[in-house]
Amino acid sequence: MIFVMSFVVGGLICVIGQLLMDLTSYKVTPAHILVGFVTAGAILSAFGLYQPLVELAGAGALVPLSGFGHTLTQGAIRGVERDGLLGVFAGPLEAAAAGITAAVVFGYFFAILFRPKG
Amino acid sequence: MRVDFTKPAGMQRKQYRDFVDGISPKPNVLVNVVWAFLVGGLIATIGQGLLTLFLALGLPVLEAGAMTAVVLIFSAALLTGLGVFDDIAKYAGAGVIVPITGFANAMVAQAMEARTEGLVLGVGARLFTIAGPVLVFGLVVAWLAGLFYFLFR
Repeated sequence: MIFVMSFVVGGLICVIGQLLMDLTSYKVTPAHILVGFVTAGAILSAFGLYQPLVELAGAGALVPLSGFGHTLTQGAIRGVERDGLLGVFAGPLEAAAAGITAAVVFGYFFAILFRPKG
Repeated sequence: MRVDFTKPAGMQRKQYRDFVDGISPKPNVLVNVVWAFLVGGLIATIGQGLLTLFLALGLPVLEAGAMTAVVLIFSAALLTGLGVFDDIAKYAGAGVIVPITGFANAMVAQAMEARTEGLVLGVGARLFTIAGPVLVFGLVVAWLAGLFYFLFR
């Protein structure tokens, strides 16, 4: 069941992005989409509105970039509970550390290993 | 295209605009949406498979989520390097851009193009052309949320 919910919710979140790209009059680039979804996810998470979606759909809510925003905000909140004010600063990146390091390291390796097509 | 030059310039412009609209490919929104839904759903389901696997291997829930992100990022970065990602993105659009795969793709694609500009200001800097703004806005919101939680919890 979690796989079905994950497919449906993950797909629907992407549909929102596709509609933003196709139906808005000015040019919405992938960069705007990525920034918009991270920001939206982080804000929804702050108001406690994203966690229910994660419980409903698992990776369907975590894999879209709004889930990355949710991870950052929840990291800040866990940081506060553990370390107080210091946690506000350390928590978000602690929660996202593995993903960010993976993106930088793999990104660097593959960028120097491969040549762009054409 | 036949433009009637005996008409005023405004009407010529309209003729030209109609002509351009007629031959430009129209984004077929419905087809794009179906592709985005199917591919986005598939990536999320693969993510769920990885998450379930890492949980079964005994990882706590947050660590399992982080490992899932690492595997998806690795795959997207590799497919971008191989040039396959762009072929998929042509059809899938937001279906591959909105998931964490789009974040990894944006980093590698920008950095690959910049190799001739050197390792520091080329590859190193361009990795963050799109990842930078994503981190800026994500961190600012998360920091504010954490600060409010600290002050008013």
